[in-house]
Amino acid sequence: MACIEARGLRKTFGKTVALDGVDLRVEEGRILGIVGPNGAGKSTALHATVGLIPFEGELKVLGRDPWMERDQIVRDVAFIADVAILPRWIRVSQALDYVAGVHPRFDRGKAEGFLAKTGIGRSSKVRELSKGMVTQLHLALVMSVDAKLLILDEPTLGLDILFRKKFYDSLIADYFDRSRTIVVTTHQIDEIQDVLTDFVFLNRGRIVLESSMEAFESRYLEVMVNPENIGAARALRPIHERQLFGRSILLFDRADRTPSIADLFVAVMGQEGGESRGAAA
Amino acid sequence: MNTPSNVPPVSPDPPAAAPPRMAATRSLSWSIRRELWENRSLTIAPAAVAAFALFVMLITIAVALPRRMRTLATLDPAAQHAMIVRPFCTSPGPIMMVTILVGIFYALDALYGERRDRSILFWKSLPVSDLETVLSKAAIPLVVLPLIGFLLSVATQVVLLLWSTVILSASGLSPEVVWTEFRFIQMPLVMLYGIAAFTLWHAPLYGWLLLVSGWARRMPVLWAALPFVAVGLVERVAFNTSYFGAWMRDRIMGALPAAFDIPPMKRGSMPLLDRLEQLHPVKFLGTPGLWIGLIVTMAFLAAAVRLCRYRGPI
Repeated sequence: MACIEARGLRKTFGKTVALDGVDLRVEEGRILGIVGPNGAGKSTALHATVGLIPFEGELKVLGRDPWMERDQIVRDVAFIADVAILPRWIRVSQALDYVAGVHPRFDRGKAEGFLAKTGIGRSSKVRELSKGMVTQLHLALVMSVDAKLLILDEPTLGLDILFRKKFYDSLIADYFDRSRTIVVTTHQIDEIQDVLTDFVFLNRGRIVLESSMEAFESRYLEVMVNPENIGAARALRPIHERQLFGRSILLFDRADRTPSIADLFVAVMGQEGGESRGAAA
Repeated sequence: MNTPSNVPPVSPDPPAAAPPRMAATRSLSWSIRRELWENRSLTIAPAAVAAFALFVMLITIAVALPRRMRTLATLDPAAQHAMIVRPFCTSPGPIMMVTILVGIFYALDALYGERRDRSILFWKSLPVSDLETVLSKAAIPLVVLPLIGFLLSVATQVVLLLWSTVILSASGLSPEVVWTEFRFIQMPLVMLYGIAAFTLWHAPLYGWLLLVSGWARRMPVLWAALPFVAVGLVERVAFNTSYFGAWMRDRIMGALPAAFDIPPMKRGSMPLLDRLEQLHPVKFLGTPGLWIGLIVTMAFLAAAVRLCRYRGPI
């Protein structure tokens, strides 16, 4: 059974189309990154997945309809829906008490362990913590839930690079194992490139590209070309070209030296989406 | 399962099979606790008012009680009783009033505040259903605040009783009459009954406020009050009558004549309620207004649960 299965997933807000027929299948044990510009529909897709909003089309999460069966799904799905959504008045100890009280799969000892490494005081209120600490607290809470699926929507937005690095290190080292699935959206795709097993590009509510990391690494090639060779290189039909220090950098499909996902993102999005759609998986 | 055939089958995981109901009451009680953590005024405001009322009454008793006791013999027994018991009945009034006020402000913010500060996204990530969320929030003005009011009222009465004893003894008078006139069993029961009756009578108000707080995108106070002000004004302008105003008064104070057996009194004066004979539960339970109000409350809460499902941060 796929962990997430979407077919023709659609969501409109008035006249705005947020999701325009998304087909997606996420198998158990994968770490999927959803990359897209602002307003691409990333958050909408994740909110539909955790049953926060109704949708059209077909969507199954752990075999259930998230909108109709939200109460069952929240037991097995942990999520951070946004940065800084922990209530500002709550004390760290109260947050632990409350989640331990209502969540049958919460391991309080584990959360205490994570917090012990951070220097977050047990009696502090969330409003007294720094932005990075609030994120650490939230992560400690969700990572201590024995969930099958973890969903993170821009979990490190607005944090400095040290925190961001620590966040993903901790996620992989302390949380991830092959029986869990993680879906994460982020703008800082470069930083999590090594963490992901799959990624999709989302633009204007549609999936523009989806690929596993293995396929990605064997498929795309980036070449730096000196001005004298540019004509020959262009004849090979790169999918994107940019300038750096007076030289051209060309990105090729179906070749064998890997660029960064971010470069590919710029290349694919630059083509106005759509035509390069195709799975390399 | 590979259970050998001669071994009776193991009952399928009893701890996992039992919990649903238990889990619901558990998360309900934790959700109520979190409301108390977040809204400290729920306990602090009634306690502060109780302390203030107590302070005023302590001074009044110290100054006036010995003098009054000396004139006691000139009064008839009913007036004697009223004079002795009246001081104990004054502190519950302001305490009840503040619990109702706190309940109104609480209910207006209960489903609005968490959408506004976006923490709803955190609460919704936990396995607490929308029904449990709304019920826990409704329980604050309908159960928790009335109980707080009752306990504080009893506590202030106990303190006042002891203080009267001290004052009278110090002035060389016998405190015995206070202890015989004060009805230790009946008084708290009457208070409990009165609080319950008023709370049930006011239930649709809290239901309405919760509904508006779950619905409004801004200024829930305005939306909550608007329909009532509008209807009242239209009636006044169009028909020059005030049936709506009379109905509102009944929804606010109507529990008193409906639940108690009291003789008609002068406006503004409160009857002394401390005897079980004054209670009239049969009449109260037969009042259509009570049941209509409770049905309307259910409808408001059901609508609030439904809204809760659709509403995200604002």
